[in-house]
Amino acid sequence: MDHDKNLTEIRMMIARHRRWDRLFLITGIVTLMIAMLIFFALIMGMVIDGMPRLTLDFFTSFPSRRPGAAGILSAWVGTTLVMLVTAVAAVPLGVSAGVYLEEYAPKNLLTEIIEINVTNLAGVPSIIYGLLALGLFVYQLGLGQSILAAGLTLALLILPVVIVATREAIRSIPVSIREGAYAVGATKWQTVSDHILPYSSAGILTGIIIGLARAIGETAPIITIGALTFIAFLPTSPIQSEFPFLSFEWLMAPFTVMPIQMFNWVSRPEEAFQLNAAAAGLVLVVMTLAMNGLAIYLRYNLRKKIKW
Amino acid sequence: MVTNYFTQAAGSDNSTAPASKPVADKCVVKNLNFFYGELQALKSISMTVYEKQVTALIGPSGCGKSTFLRCFNRMHDLYSGNRYDGEIILHPDNENILSRAVDPIEVRMRIGMVFQKPNPFPKSIFENVAYGLRIRGINKRAILEEKVETALRNAALWGEAKDRLNDLAFNLSGGQQQRLCIARALATDPELLLFDEPTSALDPAATASIEELITDLKNKVTILIVTHNMQQAARVSDFTAYMYVGELIEFGVTDTIFIKPKHKQTEDYITGRFG
Ligand SMILES: Nc1ncnc2c1ncn2[C@@H]1O[C@H](COP(=O)(O)OP(=O)(O)O)[C@@H](O)[C@H]1O
Ligand SMILES: [Mg+2]
Repeated sequence: MDHDKNLTEIRMMIARHRRWDRLFLITGIVTLMIAMLIFFALIMGMVIDGMPRLTLDFFTSFPSRRPGAAGILSAWVGTTLVMLVTAVAAVPLGVSAGVYLEEYAPKNLLTEIIEINVTNLAGVPSIIYGLLALGLFVYQLGLGQSILAAGLTLALLILPVVIVATREAIRSIPVSIREGAYAVGATKWQTVSDHILPYSSAGILTGIIIGLARAIGETAPIITIGALTFIAFLPTSPIQSEFPFLSFEWLMAPFTVMPIQMFNWVSRPEEAFQLNAAAAGLVLVVMTLAMNGLAIYLRYNLRKKIKW
Repeated sequence: MVTNYFTQAAGSDNSTAPASKPVADKCVVKNLNFFYGELQALKSISMTVYEKQVTALIGPSGCGKSTFLRCFNRMHDLYSGNRYDGEIILHPDNENILSRAVDPIEVRMRIGMVFQKPNPFPKSIFENVAYGLRIRGINKRAILEEKVETALRNAALWGEAKDRLNDLAFNLSGGQQQRLCIARALATDPELLLFDEPTSALDPAATASIEELITDLKNKVTILIVTHNMQQAARVSDFTAYMYVGELIEFGVTDTIFIKPKHKQTEDYITGRFG
């Protein structure tokens, strides 16, 4: 008798607890659906408006007063070049800072303060970086409103992301692997270059790409340093037909980037320009998604041979 | 430096070793203290590791066996706040390897180590074994191939690995991985090989093969092995040191330690009454 009563009580209790399970499951699905729907609606809106404008001409034309003839040539070239400068500046700096903090820095108060600062930098509003860059790169160093200044600004912006990603990737390498290298007589640098960096490359690359994907859409700091909104020419090509075949003049060229081109079109009263903005937005979203996809692909492929 | 271990055995009074054949000293530990920051993990340890002999370190978990072992290749230098005090004299050079003047990298180039859990690099089998050679500046393919083969043979892995040298080391079984780590340590001809519970992560069959390997290896290299498995110590070692909370309680010929230990505490531990 007593036994049966106990059992019913337990069953009732379990049923009560299960109710919370179900409640949470439903809330979770609903919020997820809302998020997915909004995202889907945004993308669909852009596709419907922008798709008809996405012809080859759109990519090979400069902006124009006539919406039907306007294109994003200067914008995507500008974005590509700025991203190139950003990557070239942020990757070596960020990765070496991460390696230093993780492998070389003594564990003391100073390093701790630096560590906290780096993490906090990731949360600083991007326009603040723009202001800093305006003072430092544009005026102090005299770089002007150039691709170089923009690239360095965005490099500053993603530096904390690269540093944090590097450190996390390094930290996921087990101590036993490190000790294995030291035990056969490797120096610190040999351990870093033969083991730490190769084994953490997947995580570091992911961090770099995520950082770049963030930088590609940044508008505020670029406007702050004075990117132009209407550019109807391209910078000098980096590759030349005559000796020395390479030119760095493009670094100092004025420029525009995708989000600024979009911004420019959105602020026009004519309806037709809105369609151009949607098309440009679609290109930007695809670029970002492609970069994230690349990050996932790289991580998967480089991690395949590493198991701990 | 040929002595007979009867007079040399550390803990001074606690060895009743019969002096059968004279053996040379490889490492003489003198008054070794070790500190993790404030915590003293080793207390005034003195003993001798004899050349081309297997010496086992036994004792309950947390007594300082790994700490002691890792002094021999200056592993503690990798972390800040650690401090050695005392000497480990390495023969035949008669050099104190704990001295600040001695580069820990040099010590690790001469003294190899195999860890508790197999820790192959996420590289090919070949590159794992070749790594020690590469950092010594050996990059000629022919020399590398020859030395890798020798090391794999000495680690009893050649037969299983020769057709898959370019496979990732992770594709080997646990026991094979541990033998790969032994080959990695052997490739550079170490004078002393340190083992820290090398079979504790392995199944009985793999354990047996590692034990057999250790017995074979002692003709080539001096071995110092930490084990928490009493039978293993009895099976593979010539000398045994029993440690308890950072102190060396008893050191001597393995047979003596196991059959007629001097200290009640050693006897209790060996017979399984505690530990
Ligand atoms: N890195 C460390 N920092 C501080 N204390 C440690 C560290 N490693 C080990 N110890 C302490 O030193 C003592 C000996 O540990 P260990 O040498 O690992 O023992 P065993 O290998 O015999 O099990 C233990 O009390 C342990 O808690
Ligand atoms: Mg241990």
